[in-house]
Amino acid sequence: MSLGISSAHSVVEPSDRTRFIAGALVALYALITIVPLVWIVLTGFKTPPDSISYPPKILFTPSAEGYCNLFTTRSRQTPEYIAALPPPTDTCDKVARNANMVVAGPSNYVPRFINSLIIAFGSTVLSVGFGVMAAYAFSRFKVPFKDDLLFFILSTRMMPPIAVAIPIYLMYRELGLSDTRLGMILLYSAVNVSLAVWLLKGFIDEIPREYEEAAMVDGYTRLQAFRKVVLPQATTGIVATAIFCLIFAWNEYAFAVLLTSGTAQTAPPFIPIIIGEGGQDWPAVAAGTTLFLIPILVFTILLRKHLLRGITFGAVRK
Amino acid sequence: MSAPRAFVARAAQATPPGVAVRMRGLSDRAIAWLFVGPTMLLLLAINIFPLIWTLKLSFTNFRANRPNANVLDVGIDNYVSVLTDPDIWLAMQATAHFLFWTIFLQMLIGFALAYLIDRKFRGHGFWTTMILIPMMLSPAVVGNFWAFLYQPQTGLFNYAVSFLTGIPPSSFEMIGSVRLAPWAIVIVDTWMWTPYVMLICLAGLRSIPDYIYEAAEVDRASKWRQFLSITLPMVLPFIMLAVLFRGIENFKMFDMVNLLTSGGPGSTTELASITLKREAFEKWRTGYSSAFAIILFVAVFGLANIYVKALNHVKNR
Repeated sequence: MSLGISSAHSVVEPSDRTRFIAGALVALYALITIVPLVWIVLTGFKTPPDSISYPPKILFTPSAEGYCNLFTTRSRQTPEYIAALPPPTDTCDKVARNANMVVAGPSNYVPRFINSLIIAFGSTVLSVGFGVMAAYAFSRFKVPFKDDLLFFILSTRMMPPIAVAIPIYLMYRELGLSDTRLGMILLYSAVNVSLAVWLLKGFIDEIPREYEEAAMVDGYTRLQAFRKVVLPQATTGIVATAIFCLIFAWNEYAFAVLLTSGTAQTAPPFIPIIIGEGGQDWPAVAAGTTLFLIPILVFTILLRKHLLRGITFGAVRK
Repeated sequence: MSAPRAFVARAAQATPPGVAVRMRGLSDRAIAWLFVGPTMLLLLAINIFPLIWTLKLSFTNFRANRPNANVLDVGIDNYVSVLTDPDIWLAMQATAHFLFWTIFLQMLIGFALAYLIDRKFRGHGFWTTMILIPMMLSPAVVGNFWAFLYQPQTGLFNYAVSFLTGIPPSSFEMIGSVRLAPWAIVIVDTWMWTPYVMLICLAGLRSIPDYIYEAAEVDRASKWRQFLSITLPMVLPFIMLAVLFRGIENFKMFDMVNLLTSGGPGSTTELASITLKREAFEKWRTGYSSAFAIILFVAVFGLANIYVKALNHVKNR
């Protein structure tokens, strides 16, 4: 650029001072944002009295009580009974004895966590599988009413979950699917397939058609070309889509709380109802929350590049 | 590349698309149906069929907890009673308050953050990732742990506010007070979803080519003028998209608020979905709640459609 504008640095490049101020403000916001999360992680290592002390304790002696209370159920015993017992064998026994209790058995957290895993992974496989097929068809073929069908698929996301929960509840009761993992997998797949179709269509649109056409000239059928040329090319997109579906199914609460009560219940409805003696057992809740959040934190970092696409159904690309 | 493969590649380029397609295996038409079929079946079974069933139930006095009672066809009675029920209008008011303030705050803070991050300071990638974490969490879990942060007296939020302002922490209860509870849910939603808006705005800002600013600089337009005449209009379609997505999501908001306040105190934070859940799964007024569900769905669908038209208008300007 000439015209009297210094070519040393472009006019759109911010000055060092601007950058420093911008950086400081953003870092400040990020730190404030992260405080509630750090607080929850810390609370998981507090004792119940420490967790509700005033002023809030930043420095405290870490305790395993939260995690023990999360994983076990306990029963209160008389001091004489406890004194007569053999010495405690593990940490949670020790923690329980200190409070005049004995460990009665495992809690429901692990089964609920496993339900979350099975339902999230199961529905992800199903919705991404269906999604990739539909997305390929929408991307490559003349499907009748293509735009209407695509819009219809998107619009299923506008429905408040509770609006369809009543008939699904009735339908599942008839079919014997209520409170089963299969029922929840089918339900979450139906909710996620819209996202999968829209995202994957975007990814497949970006793969040149010429690849398949060349493969078909080489003697592949359409289906072989899809399997051996398109699918490998779309791997990144499929993985990103799968993680978005996983996160959604992992986080879902409304259907889970309305349609499951026991065997198929996932972790989100379970964590808030962990009750100790005298109200909610906050360290145990915090411990459950922390463990529940770890996969999400890992996925967030993995997904950074695709995040924008995923949350806008591919409507915006970076 | 070997000679035969090179020949095939050349042949592939020379062959018009579609010729090879129909040669072997299933026809494209068959594959299209086969591939779209499973998705459509799943959606028909778990979305459309229940929706039609909801519609049917909305004209009856059916109660899901008494399946053997006589089911009467009550015509549009349910719709009339929903639309004349003052509780429903209170819920709509609470929803409107929630929608307006969450969208307003999220757009404001989200855009500001995106504008700052676009300065590309050192470490902007790291801080951006940190900011993005809240929106990836489970809304239910978020609602639950904010209930902990909002604990009167002992909660971290109350402590922080009293530390900064000097107001004694026992003098205000975020989720227990009629005046503050609607703001408690706005704060949590804003905390959680501002990153979402920020990300979309950032994509908008990055889509503006540098030469436009350079041209404006040549014309000696002030920075403020450039912001008003270039930045804002170019990012507007992105902001509108963010409003659309946040609007739809918050209109049907259930999980976070259910865990945080479950509609209370009184019905100050009873959003539409929470009322719907209460009517359907606590009072078991299935017909009545089905009518309300249909009204809500038509409202979201209708508003979203009108809005998308406006969005396209802005995009094509």
